[in-house]
Amino acid sequence: MARLQLHNLEKTYGNGFRAVHGINLDIEEGEFMVFVGPSGCAKSTTLRMIAGLEEISGGEVRIGDRIVNDLQPGKRHIAMVFQNYALYPHMKVRSNLSFGLRLAGVPKAERAKAVDEVARILEIEPLLDRLPKQLSGGQAQRVALGRALIKKPEVFLFDEPLSNLDAKLRASMRVRITDLHRRLKAEGKASTVVYVTHDQTEAMTMGDRICVMQSGHIMQVATPKVLYDQPANLFVASFIGSPEMNLIDGSLNGNTFTTATQQVELPPHLLGRLSSYPKKAVLGIRPQHLRLATTGLTATLKNVEFMGHEVYLYANLDGTDVVCVASTAEFDAMDRSADHLTLQPDPAHMHIFDRESGANVSLPQGAA
Amino acid sequence: MTQMTDTTLDLARQHANARIRKARINAAIRYVVLGIVGLVMLYPLIWLVGASFKTNSEIFANPGFLPQNPTADGYIEGWKTSTPYTFGTFFLNSFKIIVPKVIGTVISCTFVAYGFARFDFPFKKILFGSVIAILLLPNVVTRIPQYILFRDLGWLDSFLPLWVPSALAGDAFFVFMLVQFLRAIPGDMEEAARVDGANSWQTLVFIVVPMLAPALISVALFQFMWTMNDFLGPLIYISSVDKYPVSLALKLSIDTTEAFAWNRILAMSVLTITPALAVFFAAQKYFIEGISAGGIKG
Ligand SMILES: Nc1ncnc2c1ncn2[C@@H]1O[C@H](COP(=O)(O)OP(=O)(O)O)[C@@H](O)[C@H]1O
Ligand SMILES: [Mg+2]
Repeated sequence: MARLQLHNLEKTYGNGFRAVHGINLDIEEGEFMVFVGPSGCAKSTTLRMIAGLEEISGGEVRIGDRIVNDLQPGKRHIAMVFQNYALYPHMKVRSNLSFGLRLAGVPKAERAKAVDEVARILEIEPLLDRLPKQLSGGQAQRVALGRALIKKPEVFLFDEPLSNLDAKLRASMRVRITDLHRRLKAEGKASTVVYVTHDQTEAMTMGDRICVMQSGHIMQVATPKVLYDQPANLFVASFIGSPEMNLIDGSLNGNTFTTATQQVELPPHLLGRLSSYPKKAVLGIRPQHLRLATTGLTATLKNVEFMGHEVYLYANLDGTDVVCVASTAEFDAMDRSADHLTLQPDPAHMHIFDRESGANVSLPQGAA
Repeated sequence: MTQMTDTTLDLARQHANARIRKARINAAIRYVVLGIVGLVMLYPLIWLVGASFKTNSEIFANPGFLPQNPTADGYIEGWKTSTPYTFGTFFLNSFKIIVPKVIGTVISCTFVAYGFARFDFPFKKILFGSVIAILLLPNVVTRIPQYILFRDLGWLDSFLPLWVPSALAGDAFFVFMLVQFLRAIPGDMEEAARVDGANSWQTLVFIVVPMLAPALISVALFQFMWTMNDFLGPLIYISSVDKYPVSLALKLSIDTTEAFAWNRILAMSVLTITPALAVFFAAQKYFIEGISAGGIKG
């Protein structure tokens, strides 16, 4: 158990490409931190710098109270789970699990005990005498997890560990990992976790906190709920949530938000907390918070998707594509002959973004 | 009605039988052709083995490969040789050259290939380029400079000139082969080992070498066969008969003043190729695995 701190962490690759631009992040002892972002945003690079597999170009990584920049990976008290498992192909599962302990000079009897314990937790006892090529993807991933777990590391690093599994297995592994972390935490033995994924569902369901990254910058670090309710900028707003948040271009005039042809009156509590008053603004409203109504914004209906218990309505509002999620009942009550929708944004869930900087200027006071 | 069905069935059955017969004939023809071609390729070898049991006069009198009066004379006399040493001495010499050379090659080439495939260091490109250049260079070009070098070192008439270059990864082909093989293996396992606390040496020994095993077996086999068959190397550097390997000893029995005893030469030739054949068949599985896996692009 240890706190993990990144301080002005930078990475410039040998070809001159600057992948990480001075990241600052403080991860609490025992916290489950998820790095999420589109492919190529330097999640892996950052993780590998923490692991010691990639040289650090600037800044420092601190595990507990040690600066680990110049320590070999094996000396950092970390363990890592790789995307394609990276099991040692010529070793039986048992030896795969105990390899790290063997190198550390742990006596044989103790190693066997540790292997048995981890195998019991991960339910891989029947697999101990198999070779990695005799395992299915899910089993191999459990062994890879076991190989990390057995070392009782201070920091646990995952690099997209579930992305090679099919959807069903992925969901069950997700639960298994978070469960394990909670259980160990309850016993006071939890490691600090950094979990990299490009999948926002994984991020939202697993993370105590989530660090959203883009092009080597951190866009926001917050709990899943805050990330969803108070996105700090346009990038986070559109990256988190499904379907994506509607982002409608326009401008602010007095207490109204004006699109090309229509106006929305902004509620006083929203106006009251605007930290700046951008001329060119973007109105953000999640599809779930856009209600079918008799008055409000008019949009041209383009497509309808039935999802069973709800309906996605795709429409165009003054040149911007918007989505509205309606309940089946609401949809049934709708006038089907009209090719127009009248949409009323829920005043409690509106966001105003500065179009130039992308920042959310309507965050509540004191929000991150 | 039933009669008609019966005849239809019969007809179908006849057709099926005809098809099966045709397939069988095709297969038979294929195997016969393959057998003949195989026999043509192998005939010199079969003849060699047969002739080694003939008397010297029968070799030229009887073109077939089956000896009329099989005799082990060629083997008995050939083994004694025309020198004070038996053929056993020459076999021993061959193995004295081969064993250290193969071990040296495998170890040194593994180190060098691991370095090229997994580490970044100054001048890596130029150095690897020169490995390839050596690969393309005809051997004869370096013979004379090498000879002069080894002469100045005082290594002539010892096994050192045959051992040392290989023990220093002098066989560019093997280095190249192992580098290609390593490039096809993802580096994740090695990274996992480093996270598990292994240093570069431990990673090499516990992770890389086991994964390289098929390629290393190929390297050892190639080196074994090439060294067994090498004539020029020992010819240049070894001058005392008591240090001759079998390749030179065979030539020795042709050189001597007495009339050629072909049956002895053939008998000793058979003995000479036996170890290489035995090793090849014993390790055939790994050998082919190593060559084909090395061909995968990384
Ligand atoms: N060895 C390398 N040399 C140069 N650029 C690299 C190297 N590895 C990764 N990159 C670049 O760094 C960026 C971040 O990569 P990565 O950390 O793998 O992204 P992610 O894991 O978020 O998908 C990418 O744009 C990638 O092209
Ligand atoms: Mg990645």
